[in-house]
Amino acid sequence: MCVTCGCGEAGDQGVRVTALGEHEHEQVHGHPHAHPAVDTLVLEERVLARNDHLAEHVRAWLAVRRILAVNLMSSPGSGKTSLLERTVAHLAPTREVCVIEGDQETTYDAERIQRAGARAVQVNTGAGCHLDAGMVQRALEALAPDAGSLLFVENVGNLVCPALFDVGEHAKVVVISVTEGDDKPLKYPHMFRAADLVVVNKTDLLPYVDFDVDALTQRARSLHPGVTVLPLSVRTGDGTDDWYAWLDRLASTHDTPREGAVHGAAVRP
Amino acid sequence: MHELAITQSVVDLVAERTTGRRVVVVHVRVGTLSGVVPDSLAFCFDLATAGTALAGARLDIEETPGRVACRTCGTEQELPDALLLCACGSADVELLAGADLRVVSVELEKEPSCA
Repeated sequence: MCVTCGCGEAGDQGVRVTALGEHEHEQVHGHPHAHPAVDTLVLEERVLARNDHLAEHVRAWLAVRRILAVNLMSSPGSGKTSLLERTVAHLAPTREVCVIEGDQETTYDAERIQRAGARAVQVNTGAGCHLDAGMVQRALEALAPDAGSLLFVENVGNLVCPALFDVGEHAKVVVISVTEGDDKPLKYPHMFRAADLVVVNKTDLLPYVDFDVDALTQRARSLHPGVTVLPLSVRTGDGTDDWYAWLDRLASTHDTPREGAVHGAAVRP
Repeated sequence: MHELAITQSVVDLVAERTTGRRVVVVHVRVGTLSGVVPDSLAFCFDLATAGTALAGARLDIEETPGRVACRTCGTEQELPDALLLCACGSADVELLAGADLRVVSVELEKEPSCA
């Protein structure tokens, strides 16, 4: 393959020799020409470095305020918002809960969360299919959560893209509903590999669908050994105590009060 | 289709590092476990570079295979797909390579020398 313009057969991509300056082709490849002289600048930089840097800044901002952040991800319609409504109603009397809602359009979900009793801001991504750290950073400026609160980030409904973007959360939770099929982990491995917890929602519908919770668990664990799988029904409340217990355990592992100024530091770097 | 956002990150990163220079080629490395589809990246590149300092540049994608060390059978091996499974059937593997998503280098039109 011509190392300057890439013409020719692929297959030798493991080795790259970069010629600096003008060069003549010795091999025959069908389009005689001289390439412009080039300088090579070696970067070796991770493409998502900026997002990950912002995510670390978000995490540090949250840590100073002892705020625990949970990133909820799933397909559209698995019941993320319903789970949050129920969670807000359950926890609000004892703990400050707030929510960043991500959707391509509308403020429906943020309105639902507010009606359930928590403060919420809506991020509309337009054509975007996921939230990134910069969006969460801007949302936090608008939300201004109280110190010590529990923050949920409800990502855009999508089992693919959100898996790649660290938004500064402390845990990633994937919600799957029993109407979706127990083969989803193998179809969307990145999402399930990234998950710290897999919630299986709508278990009240199990008698009516061919969904095998054990098979789902086995598949999720083939991607992420030992990952906790938590079947529950937001509608009936079955299993939700386990969800609250999981949140408590997560909070206790991250609850490291830090002395020092909470005020003053901006969310942005 | 997160590749558009990913491509935008590539373009932003390169534009930041090459201010004012004409970019001829951008070399990126995409691991098969990175969650990014090289074809989509290539498709988005022209869209993302149009009207920027990178307009007309070519994207060169080097795909790198996933590689794991299995804690069950103790072997190291290359993965044929995006599933983190050892050939022995174990999922208890350590990822050694293949998640990389990186701008390796750029080729810039040579600046006129003062000779």
